[in-house]
Amino acid sequence: MSKSSKTRTLTVDVLARVEGEGSLQIRIRNGQLAGVQFKIFEPPRLFEAFLRGRKFTEAPDLTARICGICPIAYQMSAAHAMEQACGVTVDGPLRALRRLIYCGEWIESHVLHVFLLHAPDFLGYESALHMARDHGPLVQRALALKQVGNALVTVLGGREIHPINVRVGGFYKLPHPDQLRALADRLKWARDQAIEAVRFTAGLPFPDFEQDYEFVALRHPTEYPMNEGRLVSNKGLDISIDQFEDHFVEEQVPYSTALHAVRKARGSYMVGPLARYNLNFDRLSPLAQQVAREAGLGPVCRNPFRSIMVRAVETVYACDEALRLIETYELPDRPFVEVTPRAAVGYGCTEAPRGILYHRYRIDEHGVILDARLVPPTAQNQKTIEADLWQFIPPRLDLPDDKLIWQCEQAIRNYDPCISCATHAVRIELIRE
Amino acid sequence: MPKVAQPKLAVWKFASCDGCQLSLLDCEEELLAVADRVQIAYFPEASRAVVKGPYDLSLVEGSITTPHDAERIHQVRRVSKRLVTIGACATAGGIQALRNFAQLKDFAALVYPSPAYLATLNKSTPIADHVFVDFELRGCPISKHQLLEVITAFLHGRKPNVPPDSVCTECKRAGLVCVMVARGVPCFGPVTHAGCGALCPAYDRGCYGCFGPKETPNTSALARAWAELGVSGPDLVRAFRTFNAYAEPFRRESIAHEQV
Repeated sequence: MSKSSKTRTLTVDVLARVEGEGSLQIRIRNGQLAGVQFKIFEPPRLFEAFLRGRKFTEAPDLTARICGICPIAYQMSAAHAMEQACGVTVDGPLRALRRLIYCGEWIESHVLHVFLLHAPDFLGYESALHMARDHGPLVQRALALKQVGNALVTVLGGREIHPINVRVGGFYKLPHPDQLRALADRLKWARDQAIEAVRFTAGLPFPDFEQDYEFVALRHPTEYPMNEGRLVSNKGLDISIDQFEDHFVEEQVPYSTALHAVRKARGSYMVGPLARYNLNFDRLSPLAQQVAREAGLGPVCRNPFRSIMVRAVETVYACDEALRLIETYELPDRPFVEVTPRAAVGYGCTEAPRGILYHRYRIDEHGVILDARLVPPTAQNQKTIEADLWQFIPPRLDLPDDKLIWQCEQAIRNYDPCISCATHAVRIELIRE
Repeated sequence: MPKVAQPKLAVWKFASCDGCQLSLLDCEEELLAVADRVQIAYFPEASRAVVKGPYDLSLVEGSITTPHDAERIHQVRRVSKRLVTIGACATAGGIQALRNFAQLKDFAALVYPSPAYLATLNKSTPIADHVFVDFELRGCPISKHQLLEVITAFLHGRKPNVPPDSVCTECKRAGLVCVMVARGVPCFGPVTHAGCGALCPAYDRGCYGCFGPKETPNTSALARAWAELGVSGPDLVRAFRTFNAYAEPFRRESIAHEQV
C-alpha cells in the first residue's frame, strides 16, 4: 500500500475525546513521513480583545468562560494578576481556600481525562460508555471519584462549571468549617480510589517512547505548585512569572486558530502534569510519592503515554492536600481582602490541570482593563504534540491506516488537549503519497 | 443488542467553552442510566464512535461565528428530528457576541498578528437565527438538572418543565434575604431567567445574569433601580453585556445606556 509512489490520504474529521475542535494532518510520501500539522479549527472567540474596557473585577468571571473544564484555573490566574497589579496579597486561610478549590478542579479534570477520555484508548474502546459495558464497576467508581472533585468545587464555588464564588481579593462567601469537614470522609474514600487508579493505570500497556523534553512548570519553595512559584525548567530556566514574555513567544501559523508558544531560541516545550511532576516530585506528599514509586514511576518520567499515571498520582496528591487543608481550616475574619485599583500591570500564572496558564493585564487607575494577554496550556503544548508525532509515526508507518490514526489520537490525548482553551475535538487527516 | 431501537442522541459543538456539554458528563450519578436509555450516537467530546443519523434528539452547544459553521448548522438540522440548543452561546450568541458591538477587524488584530488567516464572521449569533430550534435551554453554564429534565421530556414527547420566570422567584422560594433590598447590592435577579436556584444571592452576591433574560423582563426598571444604588452608565452597559449580551432585551437596554 504505502510502498507505491501514490499519495495516500486518510482523514479523521473530528478528533474525539478532547475538549474543543481540532484536527491532525499527517502526510506520508513514498512511505516516508513528510508532514505533521496539528490544526485547531475551534472558532476564535477573541477574549483578549473584548476584555479591553471591562472592569478588573470582571476578569475572573469573564475569562472562566474560555473553558468549561478548567474555569477555576482562569479565575485563579485572573484574580492573582489583578491583585498583583493592585499591590494586594491574599494569604492565610483565604489562600488555603484557593488551593482547596484548585484541588477540586484537579480531581474532576484529571479523573475525567484518565477514565473517560484516555483509558479507553489503552483498552481499545471507543469511549468510556463502551468501556462501561465490560468494566462497569471501574467506570462507576471513576464517576464517583470525579464527583468528589466536583463536590469540593461546588461547596466552595457554588457550582462545578463557571463557579460564582471566586472574586478578586478572595471569595464572596466563606464556607463554614463544618461544611468542609463534612467532605472529609468522601475525600478519604476518593484518596483510596485515586491510589487504586494509580495501580490500574500502571497496568496499562505503554509504548516505549521517551523524548528529551524541556519541561516547564511552577516551582514553590515548599508546596507542590498550584497558585504560586517561579517558572522553572529542566534546561536551566528559572524566572519570576512577570518575565514570562521575555522568554516565551507565541507564533501564529496559517493552519490553526490557536497561537503556538515557543521558548525563545530553544523551541518547543512541555507543560502539564508530566512537567509539574518531573520538576516537583520532591514537593508531592509522602503518600503520593510512595504510591508513585510503588507503581514503578520514579522521580523522572519522560514517556508522555505515562502521563495518565502521573494524572492519577496528582489526583492522590490533590485528595491528600485537600484533606490537609480541611483539617487546618479556620474561618477567616473576612471573605475577601479589599482591592483598590491603581494604574499598573499585573501578572498571574497558575497550574491549570493541563499546565501553566499565564495572564497579564494592564489596568488604569479606575480599574478598567487597557489590555490583556492570555496564554493557555494547550497553546504551549501544540508544538510538542507535533514534535512527538514526528518521532512516533515513522516506526509505525506499516500499521493499517485505522490503527495508525487511533495510535496518533492516543498520542495527542497524552496532552489532554483543551482546544477551547487554546483558541481559546481534533480532526485527523492522514495523507499517504 | 436491545430489541427496541433506542432513541439516538447527538451532541454538537459550535463556538463555546465545552462547559454545557460537559454538564452531561458531570451527571455522574445519572450518566450511565442515560446511556442505558438512549444511544449516544454522536458525542465527540466523549466518544470516537459515530453512529449514522438521523438523530432523534440533537443537543447543540455554541454560537455561529464562522462561514463554515453557518453552513454546518443546516446539516445538523437536517439530520435532527428534534433540536435543542443548550447554553448562552447557542441561545444568545455567548460572551463572544461582544464582538457584535465592535468592529471585528479591530478585535481580531488585537489577538492575532495575521488576522487575514482567520475565517470568521462579523457577528456571533444564536442557533435560532439560522435554523428552527425546538427548545432553548438557558444558562452559562446550563443546569445539569434542567438538562436531564429536557432530555427526559423529549424522550417522552412532552414539554420540558423549565419555568421562564425570574431568579427572584427561586430566591424567594429558597428563603433568601434579598441582597438588593436588604444590603443594597446590585442584583440582576429581577430580569434574569430562573434555573440556577438563585445561586449568587445564596453566596452573598448579586446575580450577574448568566441565564439571560427572563420572559418579558423590565430591564429599564432594573436599570433605574441600579442607578439609584450608584451604578453609572458605563457600568450598566457592562452589566447588560456579558454572556447574554446579544439577547434582545439585554442588547436594547445596554445600547440605551451607551454614551455617544
